[in-house]
Amino acid sequence: MDHISPVLWQFLDKWLTHFSLFPPEASKIAPESDALYFFMVLVSLVGLTIVVLLVVAFSILYNKKRHPQAVQIEGSTLLEATWTIIPLGLFLIMFVWGALLYFRIYTPPANAMNIYVVGKQWMWKIEHPGGQHEINMLHVPTGQAIQLTIISQDVFHSFSIPAFRVKREAIPGRYTTVWFEATTPGTYHLFCTQYCGTNHSQMIGDVIVMTPEDFKKWLESSTSGNSLAQDGERLFASLSCNACHNAQPDARGPGLVGVYGAQLTLATGETVTADDAYLRQAILDPAQHITQGYTPIMPTYQGQISEDGVIALVEYIKNLHTDYRLQETLNTTQLPPNNEVKAPAPGQQPAAQKEVKP
Amino acid sequence: MSAPTIVSLPDPSTARIPKMNFLTRENGLLSWLLTGDHKRIATLYLISITFFFFIGGALAGLIRLELLTPQSDLMAADTYNKVFSMHGLIMVFLFLVPSVPATIGNFVIPMMVGAKDLALPKINLLSWYLYILAGGMMLYTMAMGGVDTGWTFTTPLSTHYLNTNVVSAGLAVFVAGFSSIFTGLNFVVTIHKMRCPGMTWFRLPLFIWSNYAASILMILGTPVLAITLVLVVLERTVHIGVFDPAYGGDPLLFQHLFWFYSHPAVYIMILPGMGVISEVISTFSRKRVFGYTAVAFSSVAIAVFAFFVWAHHMFIMGISNYAALVFSLLTMMVAVPSAIKIFNWSFTLYKGSITFETPMLYAIGFMGLFTIGGMTGVFLGSTGTDIHLTETYFIVAHFHFVMVGGMLMAFLAGIHFWWPKWTGRMYPEKISQLAAVVTFIGFNFTFFPQFILGTLGMPRRYAAYPPEFQVLNVFSTAGATILGVGYLLPILYLTWSLKYGAIAGNNPWQATGLEWQTQSPPLTENFVEIPIMDHEAYDYEWLEQQQRKEVVSVG
Repeated sequence: MDHISPVLWQFLDKWLTHFSLFPPEASKIAPESDALYFFMVLVSLVGLTIVVLLVVAFSILYNKKRHPQAVQIEGSTLLEATWTIIPLGLFLIMFVWGALLYFRIYTPPANAMNIYVVGKQWMWKIEHPGGQHEINMLHVPTGQAIQLTIISQDVFHSFSIPAFRVKREAIPGRYTTVWFEATTPGTYHLFCTQYCGTNHSQMIGDVIVMTPEDFKKWLESSTSGNSLAQDGERLFASLSCNACHNAQPDARGPGLVGVYGAQLTLATGETVTADDAYLRQAILDPAQHITQGYTPIMPTYQGQISEDGVIALVEYIKNLHTDYRLQETLNTTQLPPNNEVKAPAPGQQPAAQKEVKP
Repeated sequence: MSAPTIVSLPDPSTARIPKMNFLTRENGLLSWLLTGDHKRIATLYLISITFFFFIGGALAGLIRLELLTPQSDLMAADTYNKVFSMHGLIMVFLFLVPSVPATIGNFVIPMMVGAKDLALPKINLLSWYLYILAGGMMLYTMAMGGVDTGWTFTTPLSTHYLNTNVVSAGLAVFVAGFSSIFTGLNFVVTIHKMRCPGMTWFRLPLFIWSNYAASILMILGTPVLAITLVLVVLERTVHIGVFDPAYGGDPLLFQHLFWFYSHPAVYIMILPGMGVISEVISTFSRKRVFGYTAVAFSSVAIAVFAFFVWAHHMFIMGISNYAALVFSLLTMMVAVPSAIKIFNWSFTLYKGSITFETPMLYAIGFMGLFTIGGMTGVFLGSTGTDIHLTETYFIVAHFHFVMVGGMLMAFLAGIHFWWPKWTGRMYPEKISQLAAVVTFIGFNFTFFPQFILGTLGMPRRYAAYPPEFQVLNVFSTAGATILGVGYLLPILYLTWSLKYGAIAGNNPWQATGLEWQTQSPPLTENFVEIPIMDHEAYDYEWLEQQQRKEVVSVG
């Protein structure tokens, strides 16, 4: 068989060993998404079969040889109504079914664990709340709802995990979210699906799904020492945010303890919820987000803090539940010595504990 | 045993191409470059869009060659990005948008409504010059190293992060836009004002209805694209801060504006094609189109709904969930008129007397491929499945089924159908039937595997991909080779037929349209005297009576 080109053999080998027709289902939503997909495939096949049958049957029955004289027919309101209403009905079913799925995929449950994703040309940076940083790699446990809060540092990207049937655009200057619950341990593709320049096709990675025990081990072995909130705390101190946001009676900036999730009344009279997106905007563009009763003296941080930095700050503010934490920050004129932070076991870090809470 | 045919040609021993026709009326390059004759302008368009089609096609060939292997080994990623961007830009703006309207539409619309010319002949010529200017700018862009924004010019990538020829490409599309606005304007005015006596709205051939609908879209949609591209150029050159968040702009705003044109644009591309299919199916089954009014109004319905579905390109982009809901619902609505058309065409065959000349083969191919293209559009219009399928090869396959399987098939059907009218000569039937079948097979081989690739999650616009996607990509590339042959054949035999084709006579297909009741190729003024429309569209009985009368009077 040597006379047959080795290229052909390779091809045949690949065909038989590396050939898949359907992606793995590795998240809770995947079977639901596929159910609708197959329903649509079925409807399409039936529709296509009807059209093909009509065309073929009429072509045979009424070809010129067999049927030399055409019979003029104006139309038929009944038939036309039929093929208007039936497709419409089917499309509406697909619409409702799809919408239910869509709302599920884009409405994270309250107990979801939040992981931050920053897209930049051409890599994915993943920030776990416990301070684990990853690039083009995302470790997640099974059986736990994971919410991804995604943002881009430069152009549009899109975070796609085909095996989970989820995808979300990473937009510059705006947080987007998506969630999933992985079900099957394994390694799956992670793609950037929005064209983002030269190395778009290199902006790929792996999603590694682990059992909860393995994931816990991985978390412990991969910690960078500081939790994300602690990174934020350092940044908070080094940018001297505490000069104004110090919760003192005469403070020039509003207090930040418990601000996350609270209703704020702005100087414009507008009421807003202080969520991730609001906090981000308030840091980068404070002039447009003045809390009632304060003067617009905060400088803009646009272009001075990376998206990772903003995420750390937001995470820090999110976890500010008591004045104690803030006092600690205020007393820190220098950055906290590293050994002090590293001392407690990773699982016991206050920030790491808090992130599990809603 | 030869297949039955409706073709009836004049006796070849005595038949002559009429001495006086629009092709021979004047000679010399200037008589072409300064012409106001819609048929000559259509010819100029036909030559120019064919030129750009083959450039775009060559680029498609390069894309498929690169994707033969998982690594980006034929060209660097940057080169690949430029190749697919130029492929998209050229095919969309320099081929698909002007294809049927500016060539076939330009040629037959005045004749179909019984007019001597379009209402604004000089504007028509201007539109061709704008097209050529746009084409020149696009070639300049390519010569200077191309552009790698994709055809979608996504900001802030296009405004800030790329250092390729975004400005010249954007301006080329801007100019091409005006070319299509002028064509649309011309059609609308002509159809309103130049119909011959007796030609009421409901006696118009369906080709006119669908081109009218497409013209409305061109006039209302294209200015939005034009201004959007000007904003991109200004953002890039003087940083006005509309789209780039770094200057305080909103990148989603660009998406809204761009798709506000570019979704209707797909209907600009497909509606005229649907018009061709109505004409061809009616002629080759010797029957009035089933449910004329429904087909006519479905074109209008598509044009209206087309403007309210743009955000279905943005379901995963962080528009609010409720906005996604509304746009998904409207998208489902726009799918219905297309389904109506498909079934009405199918039932036009019922009790017909069908023959299978080349235009009919292309039309039947269109129906199959457009059904698949349309149904897979519903997969993407439904919000939940869109999340998984969008931005993958599924969407690439979907719009190629609609644009190539649909529009290009319709274009070729139309070219073959009106070729005898245009040139006075028949194309060779056997080889062109072969070409139609080769195209159909090659097309399915090329694009069907891409549905599977997309479902597997392979992202679009990737120069390199994980190795498990290779087998399907090899299929796709092999199919593209076949498809390429299918597209080269017509160029060869149509050119051959210019000299050697059989003399066609006035009405080789026994078709009912007014354009067939005049000589081939037509006179510059189209008709000896302005016709009077005294029958409905697709009235084959009228045609028979007419022919009987002729026999009597000549005899």
